[in-house]
Amino acid sequence: MHEHKAPHGPIPRRRDGRVSSLSQRRSIALDAVAKVGAVALFLVRLLGQCIPALVRPQLIIRQIYNAGARSLVIIMLCGLFVGMVLGLQGYQLLQRFGSESALGMAAALGLIKELGPVLTALLFAGRAGTSLCSEIGLMGATDQLAAMEMMAVDPVRHVVAPRFLGGLIAVPLLAAIFSCVGIYGAQLIGVTMMRIQAGTFWSQMQSAVGLRDVNEGLIKSVVFGAACSLLAVYEGFHAEPTAEGVGLATTRTVVTSAVLVLLLDYMLTAAFL
Amino acid sequence: MIDDDIVVEVRGVHYAIGTHAIFKGLNMRVRRGAITAVMGPSGTGKTTLLRLIMGQSVAQRGHVTVFGKEVAGLERRELYKLRQRVGLLFQNGALLTDLSVFENVAFPLREHTDLPEPVLRELVLMKLQTVGLRGAAELMPAELSGGMARRVALARAIVMDPEMLIYDEPFVGLDPISKGVIVRLIQSLNRLLGTTSIVVSHDVREISAIADDSYLLAEGKVMAEGSPAELCKEQTESVRQFMSGTPDGPVPFHYPAPDYFEQLLARPDA
Ligand SMILES: Nc1ncnc2c1ncn2[C@@H]1O[C@H](COP(=O)(O)OP(=O)(O)OP(=O)(O)O)[C@@H](O)[C@H]1O
Ligand SMILES: [Mg+2]
Repeated sequence: MHEHKAPHGPIPRRRDGRVSSLSQRRSIALDAVAKVGAVALFLVRLLGQCIPALVRPQLIIRQIYNAGARSLVIIMLCGLFVGMVLGLQGYQLLQRFGSESALGMAAALGLIKELGPVLTALLFAGRAGTSLCSEIGLMGATDQLAAMEMMAVDPVRHVVAPRFLGGLIAVPLLAAIFSCVGIYGAQLIGVTMMRIQAGTFWSQMQSAVGLRDVNEGLIKSVVFGAACSLLAVYEGFHAEPTAEGVGLATTRTVVTSAVLVLLLDYMLTAAFL
Repeated sequence: MIDDDIVVEVRGVHYAIGTHAIFKGLNMRVRRGAITAVMGPSGTGKTTLLRLIMGQSVAQRGHVTVFGKEVAGLERRELYKLRQRVGLLFQNGALLTDLSVFENVAFPLREHTDLPEPVLRELVLMKLQTVGLRGAAELMPAELSGGMARRVALARAIVMDPEMLIYDEPFVGLDPISKGVIVRLIQSLNRLLGTTSIVVSHDVREISAIADDSYLLAEGKVMAEGSPAELCKEQTESVRQFMSGTPDGPVPFHYPAPDYFEQLLARPDA
């Protein structure tokens, strides 16, 4: 399980023993490229096993429960707070132009297109991605993955694919719930506290939010879900089979997921303009 | 000896992990329907040898053939087909921790067969009964002792009635009663079902009682082979040393290291 190591030698050192910054930078770049390649190859293998994995839907359902249902409380709580903050900030801003009735529209668009998918993915990476990664990593460290291999059961099909699919299905659902609760939070501030007319709040939202916006949010959350789940199962599957190795892999999962989600968000937003 | 009667053949295998050479030209044959014992000091690579046979790692040089097929050249699917014919008992059990004892033993059946639930249940309970753990069927692996876990792993290894069974140190951590039961189990599986068996073990006495052939590995090679009786009669000093268990002799007890005295005297800052 060490074949994913970068294919080049150790970082060359300067004569005074310090790592030369140029070669260090080159080595980091090479590492990154090698990693992208390794993840892509793993994705191909994983996708090949996703259809056979559908034969056992109960495994996938269990993972949707694990990754999705167990993140529900934290997602709803965060959605509520984000919605309430949007309500306060939006009201402050819109009031200056005398258009506080547009609050419903602003909050809904912000949540559905941007904050819902992004924050859900970040929370998912922290809550479910880490547990996916450490779970698979520990199974590797305790020879359970090897035992499956020896029983002629592909661990990618039996362990990795259900977890990946579970995450892929759970994130869009969680993002939708996040956005709904968020809109409720904004309504709580705007209508209940700031006395915007409920009718205008909702009708403005209804006329401004189209199917296109919902689709944008949906596509984003599917992509983010795939990215976060893929990174988590990749890191877990390739973790060094030691306690330290699993810990490091878990940390890497969160960090790379967060960066990747924000990067993908920028690219997708630009593409949807 | 007809070639068809050889289930596993290892020819001139060289294998190194990093710079550490583990096998330097290993040769071995496992006859169909025989119990083959593999003995050797700790760290000689007995577990590594089993990995090579199961196709989990690939030798840098030499050939490993199992059921007449070269393991190194097999695709994943063919390799899996081959592994379905072999039961492997891991040195540490390697039970799936999220499944109960019953489900662990049922796992290979659920994956590879379409048996109706009552039949599957009967089969699993039968295998658990053989290892004396039918009462523990509903426990989780975390609730088992080390020896119990290994017996569950054994039940799992035999549940498919494989053509060949590979045991990696089946007697470690077992009390004398379970040890006796497992020895008799290995023997009866072999005699009644004709299961070819490879047993890796240090227990010279237990294994000598049941093995047909035995190999003594040391320093990356086969140091001695033959029936256990022949091995016991062997006059080479190194073989005698292992069979009688003394640290001083040609077989090193220590992992390769610089001179002990020099290392103790050496200053860290020197
Ligand atoms: N992943 C690894 N990296 C480097 N060296 C390894 C690795 N795995 C095993 N080794 C080395 O390979 C050698 C053989 O290991 P192996 O586990 O096959 O021994 P063994 O004969 O089964 O010993 P034991 O009787 O203690 O189980 C050891 O010297 C060990 O240091
Ligand atoms: Mg071993």
